[in-house]
Amino acid sequence: MTWLSNSSVGRKVVMGVTGAALVLFLLFHATMNVVVIFSPEAYNAICEFLGANWYALVGTLGLAFLVVVHIVYAFILSVQNYRARGKERYAVTERQKDVEWASKNMLVLGIIIVCFIFLHLYNFWFKMQFVELQHMAGADVDLSRVTDGAGYVRELFACPVYAVLYLVWLAALWFHLTHGVWSAMHTLGWNNSIWMPRWKCISKIVATIIVLMFAAVVVYYLFAGLCGGAACAA
Amino acid sequence: MDKTINIKLKVWRQAGPKAKGAFETYELNNISTDSSFLEMLDVLNEKLISEHKEPVAFDHDCREGICGMCSLYINGHPHGPDSGVTTCQLHMRKFHDGETITIEPWRSHAFPVIKDLMVDRRAYDKIMQAGGYISVNTGGMPDANAIPIAKKAADEAMDAASCIGCGACAAACKNGSAMLFVAAKVSQFALLPQGKVEAARRVKAMLGKMDELGFGNCTNTGACAAECPKNVSLSNIARLNREFICAKLKD
Repeated sequence: MTWLSNSSVGRKVVMGVTGAALVLFLLFHATMNVVVIFSPEAYNAICEFLGANWYALVGTLGLAFLVVVHIVYAFILSVQNYRARGKERYAVTERQKDVEWASKNMLVLGIIIVCFIFLHLYNFWFKMQFVELQHMAGADVDLSRVTDGAGYVRELFACPVYAVLYLVWLAALWFHLTHGVWSAMHTLGWNNSIWMPRWKCISKIVATIIVLMFAAVVVYYLFAGLCGGAACAA
Repeated sequence: MDKTINIKLKVWRQAGPKAKGAFETYELNNISTDSSFLEMLDVLNEKLISEHKEPVAFDHDCREGICGMCSLYINGHPHGPDSGVTTCQLHMRKFHDGETITIEPWRSHAFPVIKDLMVDRRAYDKIMQAGGYISVNTGGMPDANAIPIAKKAADEAMDAASCIGCGACAAACKNGSAMLFVAAKVSQFALLPQGKVEAARRVKAMLGKMDELGFGNCTNTGACAAECPKNVSLSNIARLNREFICAKLKD
């Protein structure tokens, strides 16, 4: 299986497969999030189900592995591609009209997404699964809110600053996905002239569905906070 | 009456592969809009020679868009602002009076500059030598229609084979990748029964050579297909990926 690291197509296959797996995760994550709008209790039940149980931990580790591989390969590919461009750069460059803006800025978009992932982990994971893990390790921690996902969501998005930051994050994610989804299929060879426009359309639909589901929660709790006067607590 | 325009040229001048290059500015007056871009450069060179200056070196040969010899990165586009044509088929009517035209060589790690606007594109020849052919035992010439080929496959193979190997794809690519070229050359054989026999060996050899020569990794931006003077389709790259992945999985 050395071709996955020492051939250009192999390296792209790794990017495509890890990326596609992460898209499936996002679909799952977004679907789960929407529940909080309809029933905070049901959402907390999901939080409990995905607490520090063995299957949730295996899932978390698998996910972390996918993310790390995707990022490491992104940097390797970017460095190689920068070198392949040569030392002298063009004085004049113009983007072609069929070339999507996102496709030329995947690394930058990816870096924005990763930075926000750290913030996101601090906002939620650190207060929930991580606290449970600390408890399992024998630390004296407060377990009263480890499954209160709905409460944390309500408190965080009552802060307009966080709501806006999360929406910026989702916008970067949308652009990343509109190129990423069809590009992954193209890299895996599952494309032709007929499917090209179809995949591009599917990419936009998938990206929009994922981002709308996430954004719905943010916007809902932003307005709930503004109208209901819930305390902003991050 | 011919319409004429006055233009300003910003041309990349570089004495040799190791020399440091820089842009030189030249002014040309009364250029006919009916002249081709290369004829305009001929006018420039005659002017330079009459002034006892070194003429600008640029590649050209057939001047009818089939040899793949001309190059030039004009105003941010390989083969200039027109679509579906090579530099030699580009005409001065695509430019307006008083315009500054920037002319650069292909810039890619695998295409080093030889002089001025000429680059070394032997990397593409090396990729072809690695597997871009069909092995045929000598003997009697078989009848052309002895093997039935579907019209669709024949058309697609012909479209792929229209690639003239000019290097515009790698020059346009932000990743310096030669994937569209390799994809076209792999496709023109893989689509036909004569080429299918050696398809797995061919795709591994050609892609391996491409990686070895320092071309980049394709990220599917599509700049190559948008700039290709022969409009080679991006879907050929999907075929190349498919052929390569299948060949590797069979190993």
